[in-house]
Amino acid sequence: MKRLGLAFGLLFLWAPILLMVVYAFSADRIPFQWGGFSLRWFAALAANERMREAALLSLRIAAGAATLATLLGGLAGWALARFGPFRGRALLGALAGAPLVLPEVVTGLSLLLLFVLGQGAAEAVFGWAPGRGAATILLAHVTIGLAYVAVVVQARLAALDPSLEEAAADLGAGPFTTFRTVTLPLIAPSLAAGWLLAFTLSLDDVVVASFVSGPAGTTLPMLVFSALKIGLTPEVNALAALFLALAALFVGAAGLFLARRANGAG
Amino acid sequence: MRRLFILLPPMLWLLLLVAAPLGILGLIAFAEAGPGVPPFIPPLGWAGGPVWQGSSESIGTLLADPYYLEAFLRSLLTAFVTAALCLLLAYPMALGIAGARPPWRIPLLLLVLLPFWTGFLPRLGAWIGLLRDGGWVNGMLGAMGIGPLRLLYSDLALYLGMVHAYLPFAVLPLATALMRRDLALEEAAADLGAGPWVVFRSVTLPLSLPAAASAFLLVFIPAAGEFVIPELLGPPEAQLVGRVLWGEFFQNRDWPLAAGLALALLVLLLPPILLFQRLGRRG
Repeated sequence: MKRLGLAFGLLFLWAPILLMVVYAFSADRIPFQWGGFSLRWFAALAANERMREAALLSLRIAAGAATLATLLGGLAGWALARFGPFRGRALLGALAGAPLVLPEVVTGLSLLLLFVLGQGAAEAVFGWAPGRGAATILLAHVTIGLAYVAVVVQARLAALDPSLEEAAADLGAGPFTTFRTVTLPLIAPSLAAGWLLAFTLSLDDVVVASFVSGPAGTTLPMLVFSALKIGLTPEVNALAALFLALAALFVGAAGLFLARRANGAG
Repeated sequence: MRRLFILLPPMLWLLLLVAAPLGILGLIAFAEAGPGVPPFIPPLGWAGGPVWQGSSESIGTLLADPYYLEAFLRSLLTAFVTAALCLLLAYPMALGIAGARPPWRIPLLLLVLLPFWTGFLPRLGAWIGLLRDGGWVNGMLGAMGIGPLRLLYSDLALYLGMVHAYLPFAVLPLATALMRRDLALEEAAADLGAGPWVVFRSVTLPLSLPAAASAFLLVFIPAAGEFVIPELLGPPEAQLVGRVLWGEFFQNRDWPLAAGLALALLVLLLPPILLFQRLGRRG
C-alpha cells in the first residue's frame, strides 16, 4: 500500500519529464511526436544565438547572485544562531524569512518600485541613472538567495556540537583559528548547499526577473516563458533534456563525493 | 565590534531590499495613476514641506469591482485544492520513503527532489506537449477510441501543473517527520492488540499532523500568488490574483492598482504565513 503510493507519486513526477527527454531525440518538428532518432534539435539549440546569449546572462547572474547570497546569508545565519538575544534579532529573522514566504509577484513588484524610485533619485541628484537589467536582477536574486542560505546555515550552526569548538579553544586556538579549522569545515556543506539552492532559484526565476529587468536584460527563463506562451517547441524540449542531464550528472557526482567522504571518515 | 561587522552587512541589505520595497509598495498602493514615467504621481509630494497628494482610488476599485474579489476567491480556492491534492499524494509517498530500508531513503528522497532541479519551466513545457490538442495524451486516448478532448488550457491542466510543481515541497517535511518518528510507539500499540489501520489512525497520523500542516501551508502560500502555471496551462478565464496583478502592471500600466493587489494578497496571506512560522519554530 505504502509502496504503491510511493510508486504512483514517483511515476506522476517522472513520466512527463522522461517522456520529454525521449522525444527530445525525435526528428519530428512537432514535439512529442516520434519521427525517428535525431540530434537535430540539440544542434538547433546550440545554433540559436538568442538562446545562447540568454543562457550566458542567466548563468552569470546566477553565479554572482549565489556567491553574494552565500556571503550575506552566511553572516545572517551566524548572527541568528550565535548572537543570542540582541536588539534587532526579531527584525533580522523576520526580514531574512520574508523572501521565503512572500508571493513572487509581491517580491517582484516591490523590488521594481524600489529600483524605479532609486533611478528617479539618482537622476535628480546626478542627472543620470543606471538602467534596469542584469544588475537589478542580480540584486533581486541575491535577496531571495540570502534568505535560503540564512535558514540552511542557521539550522546547521544550531545543530553543531559546541564541545568541538570548546576543545579547539582549550587547546589554545584563538577565535579565528577555531573558526577556520573547526567551524568553517563543519558548516562548509551547508554553505555549499545554500549556494546551490540560490543558484538554482536564480536560474529558475521568471516572475521576479520579468518585473525588475529592463529592455537590456532577457534571461533564459524569460525567453523560455515567452516561447511556451505560444506552445512547446522542440528546441525547448531539447533544452529540458539538457537541464535534466546536467542535474543528474551533478547529483551523481555529489552522491559519489559524499559516499567517498563517508567511507574515508568511517 | 566584531559582531557589528557580521550583523551590519546582511541587516542593511535586508532593510534596503526587503523592508524598504514593502514600505514603498504600501505607499504606491495609495498613489494616483498618471500618464508619466513611472506611471503614477508620488503620494508624498514636496512644496516647502511634505504634502499628501495620494488617493485611495485604487483600494476603492479593488473593493468595489467584483472582478478583483472573484480573483482573490478563485486564488484561495485553487491554492486550497492544490495543497489538499499535494498532501493526499505526498502522505503515502512520505510513508513509503520512511518505511524503506535506511540505505534507500536518501536516494528515494533525491528522486522526489530531482525534478525540482530539472527546471520549473521545462516541466510545464512537458505538460503543454502532453496535453495540447493532438498531443501525446490525446493520441493515446484516440488509440483507445476516446476523444479528442480539450485538455490544455483547462482546470485539469492547471491542477496537473500545480500539483506536479509543488508536490516535492509537500513530500519533504512529511518524509523528514515520518523518518524521525519513534517506532516504539507504534510497536506498543500493536502489542496492545491494535491492527495496522488502528495503529496508523491513532498513533502515526496524529503524531504527523504538525508536519502535514507545514506541508499544506508550504504549498498553499506560494500557490495562492502563482502566476506562471495558470498563465501557461490554465483556462483563460482562470483569472487568479497573480495573473490579474501581472495584467494590471504590464498591460494596463496601472501601477497603483497592481500595488494595491499585492498589498491585499499580502494581508490575506499573513495568517497562514504566521501559522507556518509558528509550526516551524515548534518542529
